[in-house]
Formats: sequence, structure tokens, C-alpha cells
Amino acid sequence: MSQNINDWLNEHGDYLYRFALARLRDPHQAEDAVQETLLAAIKNNSFEGESSARTWLTGILKHKIIDLQRKQIREQPLSDLIDLDASDTSMDDFFDKSGHWIDRPQEWDMPDSALEQKQFLDILSECMEKLPAKLKAIFMMRDVHEFENEHICKELAITATNAWVMLYRARMGLRKCLEMNWVTG
Amino acid sequence: MLTCKQASQLISQSLDRPLPLSSRLQLRLHLFICDACTRFKQQLHQLRNVVKRATTHTENDSAIRLSKEAKDRISNAVDSEND
Repeated sequence: MSQNINDWLNEHGDYLYRFALARLRDPHQAEDAVQETLLAAIKNNSFEGESSARTWLTGILKHKIIDLQRKQIREQPLSDLIDLDASDTSMDDFFDKSGHWIDRPQEWDMPDSALEQKQFLDILSECMEKLPAKLKAIFMMRDVHEFENEHICKELAITATNAWVMLYRARMGLRKCLEMNWVTG
Repeated sequence: MLTCKQASQLISQSLDRPLPLSSRLQLRLHLFICDACTRFKQQLHQLRNVVKRATTHTENDSAIRLSKEAKDRISNAVDSEND
């Protein structure tokens, strides 16, 4: 079996890693997810050879990714997630005291050429990697896995308001990072 | 009248739930007169689309590989689990 698993690591390891990286946006976590997937593959040795090994492993990996994201949010206290009321200062970089934009959102010059396209996606990937872990995890659950909000709240044992606040902060952070780093022309 | 800060929160929320009627009307009124928030709304929709594209892009980028160290580490973990 071990021989088999090492073959899988050589054959599918890079693909599994990319799959995990695209959803976790953290190289270390992505490596861990691949490792846990192969360990789980040894334990519940249920591969029948009906589907391809890659499909089977990717199925296990999907669950591992969601487990990791859930853990990430659950293990950190939510105490800093107060409602965005008047006393909240977390958005002071974005809005002045009267609630106006400090830097007005710019029109984005979306990439056309293949090269620009690649540069843009690379910048976006970097911006996602830089998001705080907790925000990254919930953002991925919502906008990449496309879980419904209710499902996310139940999974993470948080209120709907907490979820909206976290998603809002994640999106604000991402669009700011994109606006600062995506320079065209 | 909503501030831009409040409007931006509602715009983000509208991606995650149907807004209550009153919020929807307030937001519509704000967007009618505010270019910055209209652009912000457009950006959030663009963001959602490009994030999906980035996922596929990373998944298919054959230049991204497990490092030799990571492979060795995983291989060792697998072997020790099996012994």
C-alpha cells in the first residue's frame, strides 16, 4: 500500500497541491492538506479502481480543505467581530468620520491580453494569500465553494451578522489590495 | 440618508442575502446619486467573478509544484503511518 501511496504522491501530488492552494491560499496549509489526504487514503483503503485515483483523492482532499477552513475560523475567538456601528474603527482606513470614501473606488481596467490576464490573476492570488486567515477562510467558503450563508453560519457556529461583517472586511481588503497593485497601461 | 460606509456594507450583504425592502430602497436611492458606491458595487461583482477564475488558474498552473522538501516530508509521514 505504501508503495502505492508514494506512486500517487509522485503522480498526483502536484495536482492535489495546486487544487488545495487554489482554495486555501496558503502554501503550508495546502501541503498539510495533501499529506492528510494521503494518510486518509491509507486508512480507509476503499479505492475500488472504478474512478480514477486522482478523482478519488480529490474527493478526500475537498473534505480536508473544508475541515481546515472550519477549524481556522472556529479556533480563533470572534471577540473582535463587533458589529460595524458608529464606534467601530476597523474601517477608518477606508472612510472618514462622516462615512465618505477616503479613496474613491476607481474604475478597474480589466485585463484583455493573455499576458495581462495572467499578471492580474497572479496579483489576485497574492492578495488572497495576504488576507487574515479567518477572513480568507470564510471568503473562500462563500465565494469559491459557494456555500449558502446559512450553511456557513451553521458550520462555523456564528451569527449571520458575524458572517456579513467578516465577508465585508474580506472583500474590502481584497479590492483595496487589487487597486493598489493592479496598475495597467 | 445612507453614508457611503453604510451603503458599502449593504452592497456587500446583498451578495449574501436578499436585502429587506427598506434597505433595498435606501440603497437604490444612494446609488442613484453616488458614483463611488456604484463603482464599488461593480467591483464586488467583478471580484466575485475573477476569484473564480483565479481558482481555475492556480489549479491548472503547472509551474506550481510541491517542493522537494514537502514531498519528502509527506512521503516520510506516509511511510511511518504504514509501519
